Amino acid sequence: MSEGKRTQPLLSVNDIHVYYGAIHAIKGVSFEVYQDEIVTLIGANGAGKSTTLNTITGLLRPKQGSITLKGENVTTLPSHKMISRGIALCPEGRRIFQQMTVRENLEMGGYTRQAGEIAASIEEMFTRFPRLKEREKQIAGTLSGGEQQMLAMARALMSKPNLLMLDEPSMGLAPILVEQIFSIIQELHGAGVTILLVEQNAQMALSVADRAYVLETGHITMEGKADELLHNDDVRRAYLGS
Amino acid sequence: MIFLDNLVNGISLGSIYAIIALGYTMVYGIAKMLNFAHGDVIMMGAYIAFCALQYWNLPPFLALVVAMLACTVMGVVIEGLAYRPLRQAASLAVLITAIGMSYLLQNLALMIWGANPKSFPSSMISIPTISLFGGQLKIAGATLVTILANIVIMVALTLFTSKTKTGKAMRCVSEDRGAASLMGINVNRTISITFAIGSALAAVAGILLCSSYPTLQPTTGSMPGIKAFTAAVFGGIGSIPGAMLGGLLLGVIEIFGKAYISTELGDAIVFAVLIIVLLVKPAGLLGKTVREKV
Ligand SMILES: Nc1ncnc2c1ncn2[C@@H]1O[C@H](COP(=O)(O)OP(=O)(O)OP(=O)(O)O)[C@@H](O)[C@H]1O
Ligand SMILES: [Mg+2]
Repeated sequence: MSEGKRTQPLLSVNDIHVYYGAIHAIKGVSFEVYQDEIVTLIGANGAGKSTTLNTITGLLRPKQGSITLKGENVTTLPSHKMISRGIALCPEGRRIFQQMTVRENLEMGGYTRQAGEIAASIEEMFTRFPRLKEREKQIAGTLSGGEQQMLAMARALMSKPNLLMLDEPSMGLAPILVEQIFSIIQELHGAGVTILLVEQNAQMALSVADRAYVLETGHITMEGKADELLHNDDVRRAYLGS
Repeated sequence: MIFLDNLVNGISLGSIYAIIALGYTMVYGIAKMLNFAHGDVIMMGAYIAFCALQYWNLPPFLALVVAMLACTVMGVVIEGLAYRPLRQAASLAVLITAIGMSYLLQNLALMIWGANPKSFPSSMISIPTISLFGGQLKIAGATLVTILANIVIMVALTLFTSKTKTGKAMRCVSEDRGAASLMGINVNRTISITFAIGSALAAVAGILLCSSYPTLQPTTGSMPGIKAFTAAVFGGIGSIPGAMLGGLLLGVIEIFGKAYISTELGDAIVFAVLIIVLLVKPAGLLGKTVREKV
């Protein structure tokens, strides 16, 4: 996105350091996401991908460094205020509300929106994810893993985010569902949603993304255009198993 | 008719436990802490209603409102000053703070109202005793009001948590604080509201308790507090219907135990039943065992 780089980034992460007690999990990570991009963050287990996303949403606080949204410093903004800044996170492990119904989960996704707009948005989600419509009244904890992932994505979309962050949306899903999730990601992108995607499935992630960053034990070790990384030998060896 | 008398008294006492247990269970479900000072908020509520009736000459309804407002403020302030700073702390630290808060409230009451027991005015609930079955079963006004209040509170809370936006936000915070805040829910505010509701209910419970058992002193809230906590565990801590069921059962078991087995052992019987139930159903009668899907 060379033309994008001239404008202000939508999200910029500037040299953040994040700790869990004494564990130094993120050691100076910087990257940007521009409007209308799909950016992916790939890396092995424990590299710090989820930590990075959780820090962006304010669930964790960086000890050092800053996070800016369209130039506004949001480093210390409480996490519940991020959603009205247009940022939604579909978290690792889905974290849907297990004891609530599918419909209630979607309503909670639209928590910050006007009551009058919610019903229409839920209908939109049902059009996009017809399985959820069939299970509208079902307790979310009883959905299958794939259905829970759909629900988690739909719930995140209920806020009409400008930037959607997805933490391993394909985890634990059958290949056919993975395909489906990725085609939904591309559709959303087509509809104007900027996407920051964290994935273990580097092959899929790199094939839909515009740009990519490789995270290793708290450092960014590589960055570039996604199709270039897809053909980079180091990346192929480490993350694509060839 | 002794049996029916005992049953009615058991349900009445159980209703009081249930209302107190609701406060414990809501706070536990949402803030994940045992607020051991809850029983003492009940006692404070009863003293405030006592003052409102006795010294300020307010009518009963206003005394109720004043006590509820005062306890609401007290609950929110206690949460904000003592518990909120410990949100990330180990649960043992929070528990110890809550026990400290309990003693603080008792000593505060001792300072303000002294150690001599006060007699709670019967003018609070001036509904006459009703007789049924040609005078064989007598139900005191306070008993009737207690049972009705319990039903109203139960229905209102159930509707609140299932239908309102704030109620649903509470359920979200109870399940997953982080995910709730990702939805835009202000977790701290939601916890404050929970304390506000629990403490307002504590005021109601204090007034009902002292209307049936009029001796009011700084330790008045302790035993009912512990029993209501037991009731909450009995029913399944975190569950609103569980608190209701646990409270009612506990009250009935206590009264029957005292009437038919031994007056001295009444409380021991209550706890023995609790232990048996927990051995069979560790999550309590209506407690949920949460499944997780990978
Ligand atoms: N709550 C925690 N307490 C202590 N250490 C943690 C905690 N969460 C994560 N870590 C550590 O921080 C590092 C980064 O974890 P993180 O979850 O961000 O990795 P990840 O890249 O998302 O991995 P995965 O692909 O397995 O999800 C790991 O070494 C992990 O052990
Ligand atoms: Mg992760």
